[in-house]
Amino acid sequence: MARSVSARAEDKVSARQKRVPLAEALDAQRINRLAHFDVPAHKGGRGNPELTEYLGERAMAMDVNSMKPLDNLGHPVSVIRQAHELTAEAFGSDDAFFMVNGTTSAVQAMIMSTVKSGDEIILPRNVHRSAINALVVSGAVPVYINPGIDRKLGIPLGMSVADVRKAVAEHPSAKAILVNNPTYYGICSNIEEIVRIAHEAGMLVLADEAHGTHFYFHEELPVSAMAAGCDMSAASIHKTGGSLTQSSVLLTRRPVNPDYVRQVITLTQSTSASYLLLSSLDIARRNLFFRGRQMYQKTMDFADYARGEINELGGYHAFGPELVNGDTVFAFDRTKLSVHTRDIGLAGIEVYDYLRDDYGIQIEFGDIGNLLAIISCGDRMMDVERLISALEEIKRLREKSPIGLFDHEYIDPVIAMPPQEAFFAKKRRVAMKDSTGLIAGEFVMSYPPGIPIVAPGERITPDTLEHILFAKEKGCFMTGTEDMSLDYINVLA
Amino acid sequence: MQPELWYTDEHTDTVRFSMKTTEQIAAKKSAVQQIDILDTIAYGRVLILDGELMITEKDEFIYHEMLSHVAMAVHPHVKNVLVIGGGDGGTVRELVKYRSIESIDLVEVDKDVVVLARKFLPFVSSKLKDRRVSVWFEEGLRYVRGKKSEYDLIIVDSPDPYGPAEGLFTREFYGTCYKALRDDGILINQHESPFYAAHQRSVRDAHRHIVVEFPVSTVYQAHIPSYPSGHWLFGFASKKYHPIGNLDEARWNKLRIPTRYYNTALHRGAFALPTYVQEILKEEEVLRS
Repeated sequence: MARSVSARAEDKVSARQKRVPLAEALDAQRINRLAHFDVPAHKGGRGNPELTEYLGERAMAMDVNSMKPLDNLGHPVSVIRQAHELTAEAFGSDDAFFMVNGTTSAVQAMIMSTVKSGDEIILPRNVHRSAINALVVSGAVPVYINPGIDRKLGIPLGMSVADVRKAVAEHPSAKAILVNNPTYYGICSNIEEIVRIAHEAGMLVLADEAHGTHFYFHEELPVSAMAAGCDMSAASIHKTGGSLTQSSVLLTRRPVNPDYVRQVITLTQSTSASYLLLSSLDIARRNLFFRGRQMYQKTMDFADYARGEINELGGYHAFGPELVNGDTVFAFDRTKLSVHTRDIGLAGIEVYDYLRDDYGIQIEFGDIGNLLAIISCGDRMMDVERLISALEEIKRLREKSPIGLFDHEYIDPVIAMPPQEAFFAKKRRVAMKDSTGLIAGEFVMSYPPGIPIVAPGERITPDTLEHILFAKEKGCFMTGTEDMSLDYINVLA
Repeated sequence: MQPELWYTDEHTDTVRFSMKTTEQIAAKKSAVQQIDILDTIAYGRVLILDGELMITEKDEFIYHEMLSHVAMAVHPHVKNVLVIGGGDGGTVRELVKYRSIESIDLVEVDKDVVVLARKFLPFVSSKLKDRRVSVWFEEGLRYVRGKKSEYDLIIVDSPDPYGPAEGLFTREFYGTCYKALRDDGILINQHESPFYAAHQRSVRDAHRHIVVEFPVSTVYQAHIPSYPSGHWLFGFASKKYHPIGNLDEARWNKLRIPTRYYNTALHRGAFALPTYVQEILKEEEVLRS
């Protein structure tokens, strides 16, 4: 009896999830031959034939402004609201919000709706710049946890439970803890335990799931933020879930007040949200609900195969679940194909460049010691074979002695003042090489991964300077400073 | 009146080549591609992969002879050969004519091609049973990856580089072939046609990638009526031997290998390229240097 009740309930969920209310409404409006006297001026493409030729008529016809049958992202009451509800159901959250300014805006909305100027927030230092940007905007004060580093691989890890406990004890008035779930390299902290610690201390847990959308759809993947009991999560559906670039969702759980969150989102979100992005989220959600498991099974199979083959080549180390240590690497995301390149005497960024320039293979990023290839169900076996063979060729033709490759350590930031104060303070420009000991007024990072080497308000140490200069010399794409060539940095006057 | 059935091979988006057919012999959706075998009036039995014409009973001898004998007349002691693609068996049929060859590894990604060829294309597949032949069903790129200095001759007998054979026109593939060859090894590849723009792109890409890996690298040509434009190229890349300088006509002619297209006089002529083809190759070589 109980079984049939639950089976019936499942059927109901499945029937609901088959709908794409926003996409359906958009499609209905596309064929209803409305005479448009509203923006956008291209009016279904007719006003810009060159762009229509370039993007296709269908895409242009979908590019409309919000109107009665299509709801309004800033005040959703009909189809967008329904799409939000279905998203919340699919991800196991209480509420969900479509975001059109990237996951950056979702991370910022999480932070800005939970911490105010002067409030403390606990976070690992290897967060994405969007999180520290939110501190610049909100005036919140970071309490950084050293995420630790894998000595051999040179990659930052997750937060240890003991460190979180210590930070919570030392900063009892902190409002929230931000957790990467996972990091860019696929490493997860013990998020369930962190939630327990935080909730006991009356703090909220915010998850940056920019690289974790898929966790919601396969039981062999690390636990998702919502399943772990987090209060909010920024999930980048466009990165691993199949929606269009720049679209994302913010997931929340009660008692987080969804109406207040919506107000915070509308502070900075476009009032002309793109329906191409919104409908892509709606359709991606349905696809994830029905085919997500199968998609991520295929992704894991590809990644596992590639890891095995790359490790057979020798020299490279395609690391995986064996890193799991019960604490700072509580879980590993097997869909991530990260390869340590230091032992063949090449920086990850050098291998990245060879792959693209000599072999026509574009990967996600290379940093000092590693490269990261994003594997998805959109891959084909022959492309996976190409990547493996190209790595073998690069090793055969370019292998060097690893001596002299920078061995970087986690650099414990010296926080001289909160990011907001530093960002808006009076500054002066000095040569990067002469910046040791001064307080940075801006970010320095390689992008991707977009994790700041220096953030506003931090003192520049000889170690950070060495890291910046080495990354620049190896050809990392360095960003953040006003000076586009990164020869100069703004420091506090 | 019986309806007429025609098979059309799209040579380009705007150029078509059609043959009147009498019967569909086989149609199979394999794990890799769609395989069709038809009987035609002018070209006999034909093999079609993903809608594209691969070989015809009438003119396959030109393709397979040119893929096989050119290197065999240059390299003085070929013992171990690797054929990548070519699951129909045509290239193997030419190679087994040499008693000096000790082993032939045939690597075909699609098992169904071999199964259907054995059943319906005996004119090419007849020698796949030769005791020296081992057939491996694997991705070509993956098979070569593990090999080092094992082969005297590698022949890349692939379809066009859009689809399952894409990986066989890449620099990483030619590089791994270089590694799999002995110090005096030769790589021969199906090199597309220089005539239409889309095929010419493949000619350019392949040449640009091969030139950086092999000290000796050039192309030669043949006239294959059923292929787009009829003008077809083959790549000759080698670690040591020159295709003309090291051609040993007397040795090859003494072997009395039966052929219908290839002979040693044609061998010399095949390397005499039209001016526009020379220019295409030169442009890619300059790009790389």
